[in-house]
Amino acid sequence: MSSSSLALTITPSYYLVLAAALFTIGAVGVLVRRNVIVMFMSVELMLNAVNLTFVAFASALDDTAGQVLVFFTLTVAAAEVAVGLAIIVAIFRRRRGMTADDLKVLQG
Amino acid sequence: MARDLLDFVGIVPLLPLIGAAVLLLFGKRIGEPVAGWIATGLMGAAFVWSLVMFGAMLSLPEDARSNVSVTFKWLHVDQLDVQFGFLADPLSITWILLVTGVGSLIFLYSIGYMHGDPNFGRFFAYMSLFAGSMLLLVLGSSFLLTFLGWEGVGLCSYLLIAYWFERNSAAVAGKKAFVMNRVGDVGFLIAMFILIAEFGSLDYSTMGANAMGASKAVSTAIALLLLVAAIGKSAQIPLFPWLTDAMEGPTPVSALIHAATMVTAGVFLIARAHPFFEASGDAMTVVAWVGGLTALLAGGAALLQPDIKRVLAYSTISQLGYMFLALGVGAYTAAVFMVLTHAFFKGCLFLGAGSVIEGNEENQDMRIMGRFRKFLPYTAIGMSIAWLSISGIPPFAGFWSKDSILESAYLSGDYGPWIVGLLAAIFTAGYMTRLIQLTFYGNERFRPGEAEHPAPAVSGGSDDDAATAQGAGATATLDPETDPADAIDPADTEDALGYDPDFSPTVSFVEPPRTTRLGDHDPREAPIVMVVPILTLAFLALVGGLMNIPIEGLEFLDEWLAPVFAGVQQPHPESFAQGFVLEAISVAFALVGITIALLLYRRGLRNAAADPLRDRTGPVGPTLGHAYYYDEGLAAFTDGPGTKTAVFLDETVDQRIIDGGVNGIAKLIRQGGLGLRKLQDGYVRRYAIGILLGVVALLLFLVAYVAR
Repeated sequence: MSSSSLALTITPSYYLVLAAALFTIGAVGVLVRRNVIVMFMSVELMLNAVNLTFVAFASALDDTAGQVLVFFTLTVAAAEVAVGLAIIVAIFRRRRGMTADDLKVLQG
Repeated sequence: MARDLLDFVGIVPLLPLIGAAVLLLFGKRIGEPVAGWIATGLMGAAFVWSLVMFGAMLSLPEDARSNVSVTFKWLHVDQLDVQFGFLADPLSITWILLVTGVGSLIFLYSIGYMHGDPNFGRFFAYMSLFAGSMLLLVLGSSFLLTFLGWEGVGLCSYLLIAYWFERNSAAVAGKKAFVMNRVGDVGFLIAMFILIAEFGSLDYSTMGANAMGASKAVSTAIALLLLVAAIGKSAQIPLFPWLTDAMEGPTPVSALIHAATMVTAGVFLIARAHPFFEASGDAMTVVAWVGGLTALLAGGAALLQPDIKRVLAYSTISQLGYMFLALGVGAYTAAVFMVLTHAFFKGCLFLGAGSVIEGNEENQDMRIMGRFRKFLPYTAIGMSIAWLSISGIPPFAGFWSKDSILESAYLSGDYGPWIVGLLAAIFTAGYMTRLIQLTFYGNERFRPGEAEHPAPAVSGGSDDDAATAQGAGATATLDPETDPADAIDPADTEDALGYDPDFSPTVSFVEPPRTTRLGDHDPREAPIVMVVPILTLAFLALVGGLMNIPIEGLEFLDEWLAPVFAGVQQPHPESFAQGFVLEAISVAFALVGITIALLLYRRGLRNAAADPLRDRTGPVGPTLGHAYYYDEGLAAFTDGPGTKTAVFLDETVDQRIIDGGVNGIAKLIRQGGLGLRKLQDGYVRRYAIGILLGVVALLLFLVAYVAR
């Protein structure tokens, strides 16, 4: 088992490409799906893609600031989930199922 | 101590303003005669306080006789700082003494004159408001406060001319006065704008230095614009017709506003702002000529008026012309002197005329008067003194003031205004002699039988005049067919209003002599409250000259006003002999006028419809009687091209261009908004796309520009 054949160095760009792919999937998910829960998950995906970017850069640049920012993002995301799910539950109770387009009724 | 006292000069305008407020609120309830006594009492108190101010000022050394008392900060905008302050100096103290002194006499007189008027309280409210505004005007420490008073007196003038507003001619005359004054006010406003732009200050305290440092063009512009304002307020050419129509107001109003006080505001303004006029020079010449021509032309117009008050109105315009003439030749003291003596004799004449009108059942037509001295002895004495005074006969007050003006005009080296002034002196003596002779002397023409059968008119000019009688003049009598009051019983209306709305007391030049309203009883003398002011003013018209006798040591007014006009070289006779000769010349001219008028009118009128002077002057007579057809021309112009221009400006410029532009912009924005509204359609995913695209655009921008 020669180590030379496994000379696959994992550079930061791998992480960044992965993060970009995840972010794109999330963004498209938000845009094309009408199910609010799925849209919600897509948003989470986008947030975590950003987290991945932060960590990748933190490691590459040897700077912990990026890791610190991830904690902030996680905290905000947790709060957002709590509020967002509460809204979704409230709407579900009223309307017995919904899609994002149903929110048009809020237009006034 | 004296200076501390002068800080309370603001009390002077405050007193009549309090009176105005009380009477406006409760005038109806207070009623006659208490409302009149309240107003008169407050005015008298203001006079007493003015005397205190005068004493305080006298006790100060001459070079310290100027005190500004700031009440509060009025305006503060960027660099401009305007204080609400009062300026007490010899000039303003002179004026407050005049306004409150003559004012209280006229207020007292009004208690008698307005007796029985249902709106007694309202009358005194307006009069008090007027006095308060006038006092603010003269006491203001800046152009802005003066302007406030300026507008206040304009408003009160309107309210009081149109006091009998049910009478169409009075309502029209009020509006005319207001509009003509407004033309002048524009000049005042623009002058203030220039002052702010050039010096950033409206205060009088810095005015002298500002004028010194200003360029000649700026000084001339400011001076001429202030002159426009003064022309409007003081009824000079070309803005004079409103003053004769102002005779529609009650006679005390004519006396107070249109003879003694308000119309002198223009003289005050020029005297106050004299540094700009001095710095300009050219503006002074304009002032002198405006004044001289006004004195001459208005004097001519007064010669043939049949209406006693209209003669006095033209006379006022003419005398104001003299004051402007004096200002124009730099003789400020002479102008102020004339303001004072004019207030005495013209106040007396107007109050006397009021007494004649009142004692004669509202008849103002001199052609059906005559020999009133038998029935109104005190009025006759008072008015005769005023007559000699205004004509310029020594030793009456008017002689000293008019002579000092003519003397200054001669000494200024510009003989044009001097000659014009001398000619005007003939007219002055002429029309005033005619007035006195027709009213108080000659034959009796007020008996009913005599006026009912007037002989046919012999003069050539009177036939075509009748056609223009209903011409465009604002005093044209009301057409009875268009009057809604016609349907109601006239007697009821008269009871409710206190006057007959269809009856116009003013007699126009073209009207045939009126029928007497006296019935078979005689004219009667006025009550004591009216006689006392007349005789007091007559006394002042007799001795007022003592204020400024041109003999070394007796020139009190000169010395008193010297601090105000310090640094100005006022014309002064070089020797006693020179002064004496000039005096003799002006007296000679006055005597010429009196003699001619006496020869013509000594016996009164043989025929009420024919005026001897008019018969002898041919086509000149009607021209003078119509005041050179100026009013008619103005009316024709306003009716024709004026209306057309206004309609064009309204329909085309205002409605189409300006309104169209504004409405067009509004429409554009509305349409744009309606279009943009479609973007907000409520689909959350579409908003998300918007956000995404926005973020992408921002990123692209950052990459393209900022990161580079």
